[in-house]
Amino acid sequence: MSTNYEDRPRGGGGYDSDDDGDRRPMGGRGGGRRMHRRRVCRFCIDKVDLIDFKDVRLLQNYLPERGKILPRRISGNCATHQRMLAEAIKRARNIALLPYTTD
Amino acid sequence: MQTKRQYEVVFIVDPTADDEVSKLTESFSQIITDQGGVVTKAEPMGKRQLAYEINHHKDGTFVLLEIEGSGGEIAELERRMRVNDRILRYLTVRVDEDRRRAEKLKDRRARKAAKRPERGGQSGGSSRRGPSMEFAEASSE
Repeated sequence: MSTNYEDRPRGGGGYDSDDDGDRRPMGGRGGGRRMHRRRVCRFCIDKVDLIDFKDVRLLQNYLPERGKILPRRISGNCATHQRMLAEAIKRARNIALLPYTTD
Repeated sequence: MQTKRQYEVVFIVDPTADDEVSKLTESFSQIITDQGGVVTKAEPMGKRQLAYEINHHKDGTFVLLEIEGSGGEIAELERRMRVNDRILRYLTVRVDEDRRRAEKLKDRRARKAAKRPERGGQSGGSSRRGPSMEFAEASSE
């Protein structure tokens, strides 16, 4: 899983998980070596209607080392599924199935 | 008359009180039924490591309850869990609305599939969006 979304300017550290403003960060020019991106939503392909917060295996795929929710510009999720995923991850965090942070 | 609400309650029991798990589950189920709710599923999820420490505990025993009711019994159940120091954490999620929505989406998909058995009859009919987006992406690079 690619975790190099560090090439973006990060103001003050954290970023919101719901960044629907900029879908295409750098227009492809600045990055240079861009990782191959899945342009498709995995959940749409699998026809997932409901993301269960108890499914730790699944959710962990969207949690890089740092424990933050993988932004959808990386994962390629559609807005609907990203929303469901974020909700599920937050619930899982609440009952200690997933970490809030790891360091 | 409004339909019953469905909830999923997950709670974490102190791992040092492992023998009390079934007893606690039982008593919580009793509370629900006393209040007029129905416990549709009581499933122990087993002992597992916590992602972070809670009250200096590194692991805990997870139990899942599925409850049908009006909502009042949830309030009572949460009150009981809050005062019980064997319960490290609990989470209640209302699931009926999401499940209904998922069902609806599934139905819609099934209907769509039935209506259009063969896919991509015309040239580029079904994948019209795909190539154009790829083109836009390529031109910007």
